[in-house]
Amino acid sequence: MTHFLEPNRIPIFQIGDCLLLTIQVDLEDRMIMTLKDDLAERIAKSHAKGVLIDISALDVVDSFIGRMLANISSIARILDAATVIVGMRPAVAITLVELGMSLQGVQTALDVDRGMELIRRRFDEEAKRLHEA
Amino acid sequence: MRHEGGGADGGEIIPIVLGADVSRVRRAVAAAMAIIGASKIETTRMVTAASELARNVLDYGGGGEVRIALVGQKARRKVELVFTDHGPGISDLSLALKDGYSTGGGLGLGLSGARRLCKEFEIQSVPGKGTVVKVASWTERP
Repeated sequence: MTHFLEPNRIPIFQIGDCLLLTIQVDLEDRMIMTLKDDLAERIAKSHAKGVLIDISALDVVDSFIGRMLANISSIARILDAATVIVGMRPAVAITLVELGMSLQGVQTALDVDRGMELIRRRFDEEAKRLHEA
Repeated sequence: MRHEGGGADGGEIIPIVLGADVSRVRRAVAAAMAIIGASKIETTRMVTAASELARNVLDYGGGGEVRIALVGQKARRKVELVFTDHGPGISDLSLALKDGYSTGGGLGLGLSGARRLCKEFEIQSVPGKGTVVKVASWTERP
């Protein structure tokens, strides 16, 4: 886990078919760009089916960070993984809407448990479809 | 921070030159909102607006600065931010304030979004000279 040794990188954990990362610092622009690259690599390498991004520690999501979260979701989707953003603070949700960002195409859940549940349900549906085919 | 004394001192100035300065501005604005006892939602709005405006200074103004000041007394105290750059300026302000209008490949929500998030918003721009955006916010108390 070399990620731990680099203070400017956000660690990405793997739990089964899921990647989990927690954003706990005030994000500098460069850090989130690095995260985008790291995550794309990890999805491809690990064949992860889901990505959970916990933003409960973020007290501000501006249009730049919002756009990056949407970009990460799109990249993951193309790499056949579902992204769920979890733990958004109520004040952040209000501010994002007032800012004019609706985060379309980005799936959200209130906490990690519910996010996992969303991803699990997606696996099940996929398995069922494959089984029926 | 040099906020004590009611803000008559002209406030704190933070240069906006590097990407990392945008997060410095966010932290300083959050601290100023805490001093006036602003609510969580009002703080989030103001810090988000500051983040958008600081990024504009960086991306479109070629760098600049923000002055953070506390103005007014006691219950009427507010946080005032003045963003200044000496970039190319904005030739059509009403167009620049429209949602979704961008000349730099962004979402075009920075200026219009910041205006919605702050209680006071003023912009002055002279093509070829630069742009000054002044915003202020506070929390109403009974």
